[in-house]
Amino acid sequence: MAADVYKQKNEDVPNGSLVPPDRQHAERSESPTPGLAQGTEPGAGQEGAMFVHAKSYEDLTGADNQDVIPRSPYQTEGAQDELTKMEEISKDFSELSTQLTGIALDLEEEIRQNEEDKLDLSPQASRRDSVLSGEEEEDVTMETWRMHQKHVFVLSEAGKPVYSRYGSEEALSSTMGVMMALVSFLEAEKNAIRSIHADGYKVVFVRRSPLVLVAVAKTRQSEQEIAQELLYIYYQIVSLLTWTQLNRIFQQKQNYDLRRLLAGSERITNNLIDLMARDPSFLMGAARCLPMPAGIRDAVSSCLQQAKAKSLVFAILLSKNQLVSLVRKKDQFLHPIDLHLLFNLISSSSSFREGEAWTPICLPKFNSSGFFHAHISYLEQNTDLCLVLISTDREDFFTVSDCKRKFQERLKKRGVYHALLEALHTPFYSASQVGIPELRHFIYKSKSSGLFTSPEIDVPYITEEEKERLLGLYQYLHSRAHNSSRPLHNIYYTGPNENLLAWVTSAFELYVCFSPLGTKATALTAVNKLMKWIRKEEDQLFILSPQTY
Amino acid sequence: MTQRRVQNMEVTTCLDAHSSKDSYVFKIVLLGSSSVGKSSLAYRYVKKDFRDSLPTVGCSFFTQTLRLDNSTIKLEIWDTAGQEKYHSVCHLYYRGANAAILVYDITKKESLEKAKVWLRELEKEFLQDEIIIVLVGNKVDLSPEREVTLQEAEDFANTKSMLYMETSAKTNHQVTELFTALAHELLKQRQQKEKSLHATHRKKSSIDLQESTFNSIKCCQK
Ligand SMILES: Nc1nc2c(ncn2[C@@H]2O[C@H](COP(=O)(O)OP(=O)(O)O)[C@@H](O)[C@H]2O)c(=O)[nH]1
Ligand SMILES: [Mg+2]
Repeated sequence: MAADVYKQKNEDVPNGSLVPPDRQHAERSESPTPGLAQGTEPGAGQEGAMFVHAKSYEDLTGADNQDVIPRSPYQTEGAQDELTKMEEISKDFSELSTQLTGIALDLEEEIRQNEEDKLDLSPQASRRDSVLSGEEEEDVTMETWRMHQKHVFVLSEAGKPVYSRYGSEEALSSTMGVMMALVSFLEAEKNAIRSIHADGYKVVFVRRSPLVLVAVAKTRQSEQEIAQELLYIYYQIVSLLTWTQLNRIFQQKQNYDLRRLLAGSERITNNLIDLMARDPSFLMGAARCLPMPAGIRDAVSSCLQQAKAKSLVFAILLSKNQLVSLVRKKDQFLHPIDLHLLFNLISSSSSFREGEAWTPICLPKFNSSGFFHAHISYLEQNTDLCLVLISTDREDFFTVSDCKRKFQERLKKRGVYHALLEALHTPFYSASQVGIPELRHFIYKSKSSGLFTSPEIDVPYITEEEKERLLGLYQYLHSRAHNSSRPLHNIYYTGPNENLLAWVTSAFELYVCFSPLGTKATALTAVNKLMKWIRKEEDQLFILSPQTY
Repeated sequence: MTQRRVQNMEVTTCLDAHSSKDSYVFKIVLLGSSSVGKSSLAYRYVKKDFRDSLPTVGCSFFTQTLRLDNSTIKLEIWDTAGQEKYHSVCHLYYRGANAAILVYDITKKESLEKAKVWLRELEKEFLQDEIIIVLVGNKVDLSPEREVTLQEAEDFANTKSMLYMETSAKTNHQVTELFTALAHELLKQRQQKEKSLHATHRKKSSIDLQESTFNSIKCCQK
């Protein structure tokens, strides 16, 4: 079984693997290498994944709903003026790429050579010091970062306002004329991303019939990233109404005022936008795993698995947007986007701390036409442990509520509850535990498990601005690594405040932040050491044995 | 919930059996437009506290057990978000309810109008003696901004055979009293129903609210 998966996955590795075939058979090898196939990287689950496989930006390039033509955002053709716009955009992009091409270090090769002790680092380094300089990129420095602004508007195709981030009606009415003109400009294309660059702003449009989503952003996010955020907002709205209902409404009445139906949920969308600027989960398209001893996690998972009911599809235990355990019905996979929407919902209202909530919710990536019913409650009022039980049956409140009770009883009876609470006291580890002096922070995502791990953001990133700036840097590297026209697998960035490294393979993604004192050579050695450390700690950092009903 | 109804029936049928003779479960729903203080009332009553912001998503469920006249009463309190998008699922929440608390905000006239809409919904769903309805004007601590007079609400409650009270979840005014009185009322009604079940061919019980515990607090009954 494992061999089968392995074989199948192996075909996905682009340009073949750098690792000789005989070494590929060593599953969970001691020293992870660049050529690791998906499913064998640190953090890969032993019994398959919990999540649907999600590629970065896949929703932007693929068709989302039935009536839509799949189209790559950068390949749109159409009316002449649109073409000009797109040319503008791609010109913009190619300029950006020229700036960056020099820095595409062949890190993979260097690391491999490094392992084989063949790399003479000093001449290599001097020959390739065309690294990206932070000075040129003022966009990611503190000054501009503080000024960062992003407006988000959602309107119906008839031009009626649905949502505006900064709420005020005036803001809406003053922009509405422009929006209307732009909407008609978009008319020709369904489901395409468009963007306009002006005056240091990017205006990005995403059309998902019957809605049009617009962001006016001063951030240096790529339009792919901004469009991805808009899609999240679209999914957020769908999760409240279902896609089916949303469409039915506008079929019946084209100029329906959707704000009536969404009243009271603006705060959920506001929270989502704020969260996306803070939490790398959205960028990674993965769930952050709360580190804890594997034995405790496994015991918790099995308690959760045993408290089952017929209508239960997913049981999710989380703490502050970090995943503790997830049990799913056999053959049912959750999509990371749906999980993020759940996390956002929970973090957007303190009311879940009181009583037990029972709410209809659509998981748009799972099934955009129907409601699940979510039982949401905290295990105890003063912990951050929140349990979400997703049921197919709205009548099943008491049955599902009983599952929670059984789960808690079992936890206590098996004596794991205390240990679980203990583990929550240290929800993060420190980057210093890795033992690399110049290492400040990193994000490591295992692609096959859809999980990522990341230490606490520590000094010098103390203020919220600093934290967002660091995330902004990761965002930047991520967008470079996933640029659909020119993806880069390895990036080394040097800046005045820190050096960063990105390494994206078919099996994992790694983004590392080093102190500015380090060199590229030390960074390469460090990455190697870091990967070994992650492998060593993987049973704590990840959920290696997920359970099913 | 189907299961629950069976359980509820068990309670009723067991009433003759000595063991659970004195324990009852009642389902109470809180209804009204958003921001009138439904969640705050539930929170105040169950957690004895007030929080400034508790935006409800979907529906919240609380339980509170109390002892009254040698009986143990478990109140199952359903608090709804009261948003339009949840209307389709709302009837589920009040199905099988023994009592409804219709909340409005005394500083917002339209919230009383909204309560009237909710009442019509309830009247569609329930027969008169199937459910006890209390009209509650919340936020009396803001009485300088009052838009609904006591008299107006009282008159309305009278015409619709509802009980009526004014509360403040914030200052803890009449909140416990509200739930306790409701529990009394429910208990009395239940016991009367039992009696009328036993008493052969007596005319269908109608609760005499004039004598009810509510009366002593603030009761309006035609
Ligand atoms: N002054 C005052 N404010 C209240 C009172 N009860 C609730 N609130 C406030 O009114 C707002 C809405 O309350 P909430 O309980 O969420 O209303 P719900 O939507 O009906 O559940 C919140 O900001 C509460 O703090 C009260 O008795 N007095
Ligand atoms: Mg509420």
